[in-house]
Amino acid sequence: MKVSVKVNGVTYERDVEPRTLLAYFLREDCGLTGAHVGCDTSSCGCCVVVVDGARAVKSCTMFAAQADGHEVLTVEGLAQAGTLHPLQQGFWDQHGLQCGFCTPGMLLTSYALLQQNATPSETDIREGLAGNLCRCTGYQNIVKAVQQASGQLPAAVAAAS
Amino acid sequence: MSIESKPRHSVGKAMKRKEDPRFLQGKGNYVDDLKVPGMLYLSLARSPYPHAEIKNIDISEAMKVPGVKAVIIGKDLEAAGLGWLPTFHGFDKQMVLAIGKVLFQYQEVAAVFAESRAAAEDGAEAVQVDYAPLPVVADPFASKTDQVLLRPDRDSKTNHIFHWEVGNKDGTERALASSAKKIKQRIWFQRCHPAPLEPCGCVAWFDTMGRLQFHVTSQAPHVYRTALALVTGIAEDKIHVVSPDIGGGFGNKVPVYPGYVCAIVGALKIGRPVKWIETRTENLTSTGFARDYHMDVEIGATPDGRVTALHVATTADHGAFDAAADPSKYPAGIFGIVTGSYDFPVAHAEVDAYFTNKAPGGIAYRCSFRVTEASYAIERGMDILADELGMDAVELRQKNFVKKDQFPYPSALGFTYDSGDYHNTLGVALEKVGYKALLKEQAERRAKGELMGIGFSTFTEVVGAGPSKHFDILGIKMFDSAEIRIHPTGAGIVRAGTKSQGQGHETTWAQIVAEELGLDPQTIMVEEGDTDTAPYGLGTYASRSTPVAGAAITMAARRVREKARKIAAHLLEVGEGDVEWVDYKFQVKGVPAKTVTMKEVAFAAYTNMATNEPGLEATYYYDPPNMTYPCGAYVAVVDIDRETGEVKVRRFLAVDDCGVVINPMVVEGQIHGGLTEGFAMAYMQEIQYDAEGNHLNTNFADYLVPTSAETPRWETANTVTPSPHHPMGAKGVGESPNVGSPAAFVNAVIDALSPLGIRHLDMPVNRDKVWRAIRDAEAGKTGAAVFA
Repeated sequence: MKVSVKVNGVTYERDVEPRTLLAYFLREDCGLTGAHVGCDTSSCGCCVVVVDGARAVKSCTMFAAQADGHEVLTVEGLAQAGTLHPLQQGFWDQHGLQCGFCTPGMLLTSYALLQQNATPSETDIREGLAGNLCRCTGYQNIVKAVQQASGQLPAAVAAAS
Repeated sequence: MSIESKPRHSVGKAMKRKEDPRFLQGKGNYVDDLKVPGMLYLSLARSPYPHAEIKNIDISEAMKVPGVKAVIIGKDLEAAGLGWLPTFHGFDKQMVLAIGKVLFQYQEVAAVFAESRAAAEDGAEAVQVDYAPLPVVADPFASKTDQVLLRPDRDSKTNHIFHWEVGNKDGTERALASSAKKIKQRIWFQRCHPAPLEPCGCVAWFDTMGRLQFHVTSQAPHVYRTALALVTGIAEDKIHVVSPDIGGGFGNKVPVYPGYVCAIVGALKIGRPVKWIETRTENLTSTGFARDYHMDVEIGATPDGRVTALHVATTADHGAFDAAADPSKYPAGIFGIVTGSYDFPVAHAEVDAYFTNKAPGGIAYRCSFRVTEASYAIERGMDILADELGMDAVELRQKNFVKKDQFPYPSALGFTYDSGDYHNTLGVALEKVGYKALLKEQAERRAKGELMGIGFSTFTEVVGAGPSKHFDILGIKMFDSAEIRIHPTGAGIVRAGTKSQGQGHETTWAQIVAEELGLDPQTIMVEEGDTDTAPYGLGTYASRSTPVAGAAITMAARRVREKARKIAAHLLEVGEGDVEWVDYKFQVKGVPAKTVTMKEVAFAAYTNMATNEPGLEATYYYDPPNMTYPCGAYVAVVDIDRETGEVKVRRFLAVDDCGVVINPMVVEGQIHGGLTEGFAMAYMQEIQYDAEGNHLNTNFADYLVPTSAETPRWETANTVTPSPHHPMGAKGVGESPNVGSPAAFVNAVIDALSPLGIRHLDMPVNRDKVWRAIRDAEAGKTGAAVFA
């Protein structure tokens, strides 16, 4: 079947099997490999993207067909004109990533969280990210990264060199 | 930053990670991101039975599935001489695809190659296998009886894999018999799975020159290349292994798995590239589990609490094949670290391993092989001894610590601990956590019937495998290597035999080179994981990167500096003996005004080298003289809800001593992550099988890993006792928090429950188990005094 999805402002028209999941549509049909697949049960959150501006969606729980005619934001669309998004900058400054596999999902879930709550408390952040697993960081620096992006923590504690 | 370090030119600084921009923008290069023209997908058909004879395999329906190109079964591989795979320490072999029978649920039975991922999975489902179920052995204690022989393929007709022991058996027995105080406790470290978020996978193809191109989630790419050459007979120069970005490893990505072999065979047979990416279920059910050690711990002591002897007898469950990824010469790895931080006059440790109908392994999950088990046993054992003696667990530890002036310390089980100051490290922890105030609060709460616990773990780790006389994989010694090239403009590249899976090598390796050469770390590129370009190395696990490769990089950089000194002498117009390295520059001895920078020397190495050999590069292969011995003092404070059994970690303080710190931000991040995995093992992570060998938690909905909601906020600090034998004084840190913390978590829970007379619970100490323990204690079932 034919689907047309606007991803990061670019329209992708593809002919896919009806059972194609949005995660694989993005990765294999659009060549956008930022969304990762880390489980088979929609538990890990590595594949989270934002649909229609503000809704964080695990792209492994959505068919590409369901995204037909919708707008999707992936990690590839966060930085603008070579400038990192404040969330990306926060994750970098606060050492909010190690292996990087969960990072795209963390960024997009945080993006949607901040759309709904511009100044979330630590508890809000921890509960808001509870659908995204990370095996490397212990979450503490991810929380700080979101706090920095929301202007609640000064930037760049780490030395530039 | 709560991890302190002395900032120097480059080392000791919290430098932001150089690898992060690509990960932050979705530009990481993980193996599943690779797409090669003409690529097929591989899916594996797996056994629903834990133990069964294979009567027949019918692939005809699978071949009819649209898109399926080929199906391979065990007999096909056996005919090609690839039916079995040697395990890394070489004591056993493992079936690639089942031959004759299956030995664990989810064992690989058939490999299906198809045009798409979905078609391959459809094909795998269509493989028809006729099984005749056999009796299942799901427990190592049942395995001991040999009533069902699991591995008739082996010469030795028993389920017993090995007996290993170290120490003084008779002396320990005598000392225990004559000790005034004694404890004995069976402590089980449950079966866990590291579950890195990126599953294992590979892409294999033969290029136009006939070379095998193999991109794979490997923590040890060079070892894979050699192992593939030995197993397949392909000349080693015709094998190119690439470990791209890896989404976490934790030991899970050390072994070679059947899926990798099938992908290569498929690529050869069909003549097209093959991708295999396991699902989460396949990851949890068939690749490298960890632990599953049942440890009988006995400690003797004098009435005033001086330890006299330690004996640990372990029954180990290795599953269907002894596929332990053990790089040491000893089948139980370095379990001998079980005497921990304490000055035991005599000790004896023994391990007996058995086959069962469970997934094969195990692997060293974020630790040196079997060190987490050993550390947990002694740290839990010391708390039980304190309870027996009626003594404060801190006082007991302080009384028995190896003292600062005893280093280098020869342990009763044969290690030579390099350095440490255990009293100081614990002292910092006690002060920072406010131990006295916590004890006062605990007494007040206990008087009100509330359950508050304070748990300690004062562990000693052993990392940096390892000295060639003790450590190898398939005979290859456990050295590591570095190659440094400095370009004419003073930028450069360092390549190492390690492979980062999130540890931040692209940053920290550059910091080391920059420190040794007085260059800018931002212009030192780091490359790892490509066997065509990196010098031979044994990879990243066992916290060996900094102790071994970090040392190799330091030594290679010093070789570069020695070469540079000759050119500096030419530039400064003095003899080489008159040049010294001061404040990151070459200087004429005693003449601070006459200097030349490394950048200037680098340019001269290509443009004005006089009679010196042109160029500026060096290679170093480092065979460590000893392991390194990081240590730590961890404190957990928990509150338990008496009605529900819920454990809340109120505080957790980790004071680590990993020697000299290269990047405090990275070190702190490693500690946060390791503590979270320790928290996970203590409270939730357990791979469970029922009595019939059925795997009960095959996905992240059932195999629980911590989320941000329940993970505690970590407090960290450090002391610095440099390693005397490491060229930078560093010891490694990635695994300490995972090794040291489980005991602190459990000790805190047991301390909270101790007024109920509860002395031990096995992990995971989840709500259900704690609630049952409280209920039983209150009903008098543990003989405990019930308090108001």
